[in-house]
Amino acid sequence: MFDLLLFNLRARGVAVGLSEWLAFLDGLDRGLVGDLDGLYRFGRALLVHHEGHYDAWDVAFRATFEGVELEPELSEQLQRWLEEARDLVGPRPGGEEGIDLDPEALREAFRERLREQAERHDGGSRWIGTGGRSPFGQGGRAAGGIRVGRGGGRSAIAVAGERRWRDYRRDRRLELRDFQVALRALRSLAREGPPELDLDATVRRTADNAGEVELVERPGRRNRVHLVLLLDTGGSMDPHARLVERLFTAASELEGFRSFQAWSFHNAPYGWLYRSYASRERRPIPELLREWTPAHRVLWVGDASMAPYELFHPGGGFWASRWDDGEAGAMSGLDWLRLVRRRCPASAWLNPDPERYWQHPTVRAIAAVYPMFPLTLDGLRSAVRVLRGQPGR
Amino acid sequence: MTERFERFAGSARYVADEDLMADVNAAIALGRPLLVRGEPGTGKTMLAHAVAESLGMPLLGWYVKSTTTAKEGLYVYDVVQRLNDSRFGGEGVDVSDIRRYIRLGVLGRALTAPERVVLLIDEIDKADLEFPNDLLRELDEMAFHIPELDETVRARHRPVTIITSNAEKELPDAFLRRCVFHYIAFPDRDRLRRIVDVHLPDLDARLLDAAIERFYGLRSVEGLRKKPSTSELLDWLFVLVRAGVTPGDLARRLPHAGILIKQEKDLELLRSRHAGIA
Repeated sequence: MFDLLLFNLRARGVAVGLSEWLAFLDGLDRGLVGDLDGLYRFGRALLVHHEGHYDAWDVAFRATFEGVELEPELSEQLQRWLEEARDLVGPRPGGEEGIDLDPEALREAFRERLREQAERHDGGSRWIGTGGRSPFGQGGRAAGGIRVGRGGGRSAIAVAGERRWRDYRRDRRLELRDFQVALRALRSLAREGPPELDLDATVRRTADNAGEVELVERPGRRNRVHLVLLLDTGGSMDPHARLVERLFTAASELEGFRSFQAWSFHNAPYGWLYRSYASRERRPIPELLREWTPAHRVLWVGDASMAPYELFHPGGGFWASRWDDGEAGAMSGLDWLRLVRRRCPASAWLNPDPERYWQHPTVRAIAAVYPMFPLTLDGLRSAVRVLRGQPGR
Repeated sequence: MTERFERFAGSARYVADEDLMADVNAAIALGRPLLVRGEPGTGKTMLAHAVAESLGMPLLGWYVKSTTTAKEGLYVYDVVQRLNDSRFGGEGVDVSDIRRYIRLGVLGRALTAPERVVLLIDEIDKADLEFPNDLLRELDEMAFHIPELDETVRARHRPVTIITSNAEKELPDAFLRRCVFHYIAFPDRDRLRRIVDVHLPDLDARLLDAAIERFYGLRSVEGLRKKPSTSELLDWLFVLVRAGVTPGDLARRLPHAGILIKQEKDLELLRSRHAGIA
């Protein structure tokens, strides 16, 4: 049975290692756990190392010990409708259908029905979904029933999964501070800083010197990383503006980088990068590339979706018409992206769109040039690993 | 078979929830360090004091700074003093006795203590990213080697180790694997009331209700850089009582807001949205 727990945890991205798993089994052997409550606490304390995984623990624990095992595909689907349909919740005029089931029977019926149901459902009185009068689902109007997911369902007599750690999930939480924690891992130390006393060398030289003290200094350690943030602004990026702004604030307020700069572009870069579109202050990319070195880590942020000609055709974008001298004007947005990558190889792309939209041809083309990650905390962590020159995941 | 081990059951000055007590006891039973994480002001450091008090063990605190290295927690070889003594030392100073220049750090003292102690490693995330990794072996084996003496120091009693983190930096996976982990969630209204009660027992209930309402209201303001914490609430309540603020005042304005909100930008944000903040 415990193997199933291990499997369920790993299936939900909680990387339980052998050493803590053995410690967990050892604790069980020694009788440190008396009941299911105890098991819940003890297992979580030992096997989960981040509050971002507490929610995954809740789900895995239930899946293992309640005997409720959702087919992975089905539960994912279920999750998706609930996310999309959250806004449909309306006022709740007491359940007209007076459902009168005891919690256990309700739970059993819920499992039963989830097994039968094969597709999405909103409204109606039988299937699990959003709205409607079935006792199962979210934002429904039945007087008693099982609520799936968060929100709505104030009158539900049993809540399937309290999920109180949901807001801590690492693929959701995007506070300023979380961004800064992730970005802080971005460093590459070199002895280039202000001088400090080299104690070992001082002792050696002093001994060589027959005890006459001789001080030796060496340069201190300092972060060599220059961070460059390149932000797609306007148009399809508008819905993500607050998120991107938070990333920008996090990066610009974080101390410790050798330098930090941010530029904007629209859709794809066409020869220029802009300080801000409002002021129209801009600089040509070739000039910037002469200043940037491979120690400059370039982090692109954009949805990478645009009309194909805007990426693939030379001089394709609206903004491209502003770049008209000779050879440079013959370059497409994609060519410019490649050029920057050649100069600053340790770079990555963050995409605020969910991964299921990444099949668009321009997204795929850009993902072939830059390692692309979703703009989430986990995504940012992966991107930082790439910027440090390590494999992304 | 159930083992007997020392158990922590909260203390008079510390309100621990059941989950936390269970995790403290699991860490003690397994002999693993307990890593406690949570927002600033949720009582992480206080926990170590409460555990020490409750188990009747001495507390040794290692308060980590940005420049702290793992080695100095074990011992410091004062080579500069030795150089100085060999050059300028007076009568009776035996420079050849290297032991005179080795001083144990907090971790070293915790391992060599004649009785079992509670060791607090406070704010481990303040130090360099590599710091926790440098402690792995010592925390695992509860032993360390002093090359200068060619001696290995072994713990006589495995200390009860409590490590706190404000989550300013990510801790390395290898380190996390060796710890029992507990996240202290921000207390809900009930627990907060109990915490206040422990510290300020004779508070007017109406004032407390009004203050707690305002407090949670502030915490839910979107875009705040630093949310006010429990310890700030306690300071604020203390001042409110001294200043004779009434529950009615609290409903209209937010007196002494500077105690709760420390960042100028946050104060500006609040002023722009709400009247009566001074």
